Amino acid sequence: MIEFTYARASDPSHALLLGAAQDARFLGGGTNLVDLMRETVERPRELVDVTGLASGIEETASGGLRIGAATRNTALAEHPLVRSRYPVLSRAVLAGASAQIRNMATVAGNLLQRTRCSYFYDEDGSRCNKRAPGQGCDALEGLNRGHAILGASDACVAVHPSDMCVALAVLDATVEIEGAEGTRQIAFADFHRLPGDTPHAETLLQPGELITAIELPPLSNEARSAYRKVRDRSSYAFALVSVAAVLRLEGGTIAEARVALGGVAHKPWRAAKAEAILIGQAPSPELFRRAADAELTQARPLRDNGFKIELAARTITAVLSDIAGDAA
Amino acid sequence: MRGAATFAAEFAPENMAYAAVVFATIARGRVTALDIAAATGAPGVVLVLTHENAPRLKPMPLFMTAGKAGGGDDLPILQDAEVHYNGQPIALVLAETLEQAEHAASLIEATYEIDEAVTTLEAGKARGTRTGIAFGQPAHVEIGKPEDELATAAHRFEATYTTPRHNHNAIEPHAVTLYWQDGELYMHDAVQAVNHVAWSVGSVFGLGEDKVHVTSPYVGGGFGSKVLWSHQILAAVAAREAGRPVRLSLSREGVYRTVGGRAQTEQRVALGADAQGRLQALQHTGTVIMSAHNALPEPFILSAQSSYATKSMLLDIQVATLDMLANTFMRAPGEAVGSFGLESAMDELAERLGIDPIELRIRNEPEKDPMKGLPFSSRQVVWCWRTAAERFGWDKRQAPGLRREGEWLVGLGCAMAGYPYQRMPGGAAGITLTADGRAQVSVAAHEMGMGTSTVHTQVAADRLALPMDAIEFRYGDNALPGVVLAGGSQQTASVGSAIIVATRELVKELLQLAGNASPLAGLSADEVGTTHGGLASLADPQRYESYASILSRAGRFELSVVGQAPMPGEGMHWSMHSHGAIFVEARVNAVTGEVRVPRLTGAYDCGRILNPKTATSQLRGGIIMGLGAALMEETQVDPRNGRIMNASLSEYHLPVHLDVPDIEVIFSDIPDPVSPMGARGIGEIGITGVSAAVANAVYNATGKRVRDLPITLDKLL
Repeated sequence: MIEFTYARASDPSHALLLGAAQDARFLGGGTNLVDLMRETVERPRELVDVTGLASGIEETASGGLRIGAATRNTALAEHPLVRSRYPVLSRAVLAGASAQIRNMATVAGNLLQRTRCSYFYDEDGSRCNKRAPGQGCDALEGLNRGHAILGASDACVAVHPSDMCVALAVLDATVEIEGAEGTRQIAFADFHRLPGDTPHAETLLQPGELITAIELPPLSNEARSAYRKVRDRSSYAFALVSVAAVLRLEGGTIAEARVALGGVAHKPWRAAKAEAILIGQAPSPELFRRAADAELTQARPLRDNGFKIELAARTITAVLSDIAGDAA
Repeated sequence: MRGAATFAAEFAPENMAYAAVVFATIARGRVTALDIAAATGAPGVVLVLTHENAPRLKPMPLFMTAGKAGGGDDLPILQDAEVHYNGQPIALVLAETLEQAEHAASLIEATYEIDEAVTTLEAGKARGTRTGIAFGQPAHVEIGKPEDELATAAHRFEATYTTPRHNHNAIEPHAVTLYWQDGELYMHDAVQAVNHVAWSVGSVFGLGEDKVHVTSPYVGGGFGSKVLWSHQILAAVAAREAGRPVRLSLSREGVYRTVGGRAQTEQRVALGADAQGRLQALQHTGTVIMSAHNALPEPFILSAQSSYATKSMLLDIQVATLDMLANTFMRAPGEAVGSFGLESAMDELAERLGIDPIELRIRNEPEKDPMKGLPFSSRQVVWCWRTAAERFGWDKRQAPGLRREGEWLVGLGCAMAGYPYQRMPGGAAGITLTADGRAQVSVAAHEMGMGTSTVHTQVAADRLALPMDAIEFRYGDNALPGVVLAGGSQQTASVGSAIIVATRELVKELLQLAGNASPLAGLSADEVGTTHGGLASLADPQRYESYASILSRAGRFELSVVGQAPMPGEGMHWSMHSHGAIFVEARVNAVTGEVRVPRLTGAYDCGRILNPKTATSQLRGGIIMGLGAALMEETQVDPRNGRIMNASLSEYHLPVHLDVPDIEVIFSDIPDPVSPMGARGIGEIGITGVSAAVANAVYNATGKRVRDLPITLDKLL
């Protein structure tokens, strides 16, 4: 580990002031950042602890929820309003990590967690464009069973590891950000970026900017949602494929359909092509499979991860069939 | 549990410095430049050690090349610029704190000249293989005419099974705290072979083993890995150069890089059977990977040597030499992966013959050891099958692919487990009896969490007829009697046989001390037994005197004896094995291919069970390890540079709690008539058979046969 200073922010403006220093990083639960510092993949000179800032969950005027950035994952998953109104979010959070890690990890930290690509982690022995721009990507032709099938580039084939973010993607959340210029909002779907030629730039967050809250718009009472995670062991493993979905049926047809995938792309992958096929149709397993296949025609397998295409198609179909229940 | 046990990395001698190791990042070649300027100048740095400034040392003596040789490999350590594998130590930094040492180590920049490397089994095979030498013998067995018998058998089955590399992941990473004093080396080391380490380290430094003092009071798991690897030598060199005590605790990554694991295997099993399913040919052949500096070709043929009666047999291990870290012993080396091939193939043969897999195995029960021709000391395989089958509910098994509950396909499978009895020469035990009626029993044995100290306290209490709280069992120190490797599931037999002999010595000495004034006067050692904290005549129990009374009358404060275990002749006259039958229920998700195992039942014949609680725990641990091997465990090596890419517990998957179901373990508890306490080993058998039983259950659930471990979901989609 490389030496760094540590300061605890007392309020957002204090945090912004401290965070403006060169090579400063905001510290949430530290469940990812501190690991990366130990591996010298992350080398901040200053850590600004923001866990003392907004951590409440409150209803908004529109009937949605505003989740403070420092809310712990466990608190989010257990909150009665989250459990009753956004069960997909609660389930996604509980599918991630372990109870101990969820007790520490914060909501904003979860958004900013970095890929688990082993070449990214291997600072000593592997090349990575995300860690060292321009160095090359050893995963592209290497061991890539866990890597991306959608939206990847030759520069980077890593995936975003979060479960929570897959649920936030189908909930059309908004990310609230404070910076020197004031407060701004970014649609969750836009917050994370695809790798392109700049895989080190993972989000739209600018240096020194601080995530202060996540806002969830209200979800119709008629909508049903689910999260399913497929992995190599029962717990404490990242998703090979995960699916979050929201469906609302009206008079036997699909009035609203939102589908997002985890474990397949550099960002939580909103399956817009699948959604377009679902809208206005009568639900059936055949329709769901057709929608999944339509989304996955753009998938590009690597050497070891071709199975993810079929796995994603099957999981999407199963999740939507589950939600539709007897209607399908 | 108080958390008060002191492990090797928790000793803190005054003025201790901390070491961090720099590992090579290429598979083969040499270091052309090593920039240590930044590291040398970094805060707190005491010493930077490289091949350019390290003192000249002999290589570690490779395991099995001498009685107490305990080195995992015999490569030079910081002696030249050559790199033999990705992960080889190329520098060491000593600093005032661990953080300073690790930071400085990260500042060292190596430049390499890279040679072409052989990093895969396929490439190794292409370069040519050689017959493996396992335990001093060529790994080749041919009995009868295996090719002819296979060709003419009524039924033939042949398939290839593959198992990946595995790494050791004991909960305690390898660690040593050591210092030099007056030319002698004092090591607190996490090892399962204190005498081997002392002798081998002495050999590297040109010291007699009496100048190397090794203690290993608590070890957080060994499984074959806690022997001598480069880190102990590096730490000892650094301590001598710096003139300070040193602690070197390998990081988890460091264990992956420098401590060998289980080798990859490619096994062909060919079975020929007559119309009734009796084996006419049993062929188990294949290729394993090894480094050129290594003693263990993964002996996957061991299960086939004693499992089944067969008219002919062909066993052969070919070695493909790779540029890799030396592989090593890992819980049931040989049987753990060999039983996957053999027991999967028996299941496949049973199906082709239309015979129940248990019935097929019982039809092939041998009357004597099929390879050595020796009688079995005790063999309760049929009991294992019948008992476990009934408890498990084998009669509920259906044809493949028929049982479905929602998304889950449900299947049942079974396999035979087995591990040989061993007792190595060198067992010895000391007993010191004190006038207050207490006894200290001392053996240079090891407690790695398996219950050694509990069991031998119990054994000694039983032998000496003293309450358990009057026994102090001392172990984990090469100053104590005996050369006792905690390996090969042999420690308990070795220690137990030594305690038996030592007790007898003690009785003789006590009778001499007792003299004519004692009620025991005139009795010989054969005529007395231990009872109620003393000795009594076997013929007339009224003739009794307590140890305390004998000692105090003789004016002695204490009495010490050392007993040497007899040479282990039992294994030369008898075929001795523990056996078991393991049953698995597997559920395979029809949508995702995910496999979950909700239930395992094993019945085991391991001779007499000395302590049911610790024994059951040993078996369960082995079974869980087998479950990991079946479903998830795999060292991922990048073929381009031979680098292990999942050198952490987050990416190298082992079963987590949610993966571990209810595991029922049943013991025959039938004493072995020729082993010292009626007991055979229990440490390794648990892992054997499990991966085959899982694969067989997965087949029964889905109709899909997976012959390549681990059985990950992508193989079932």
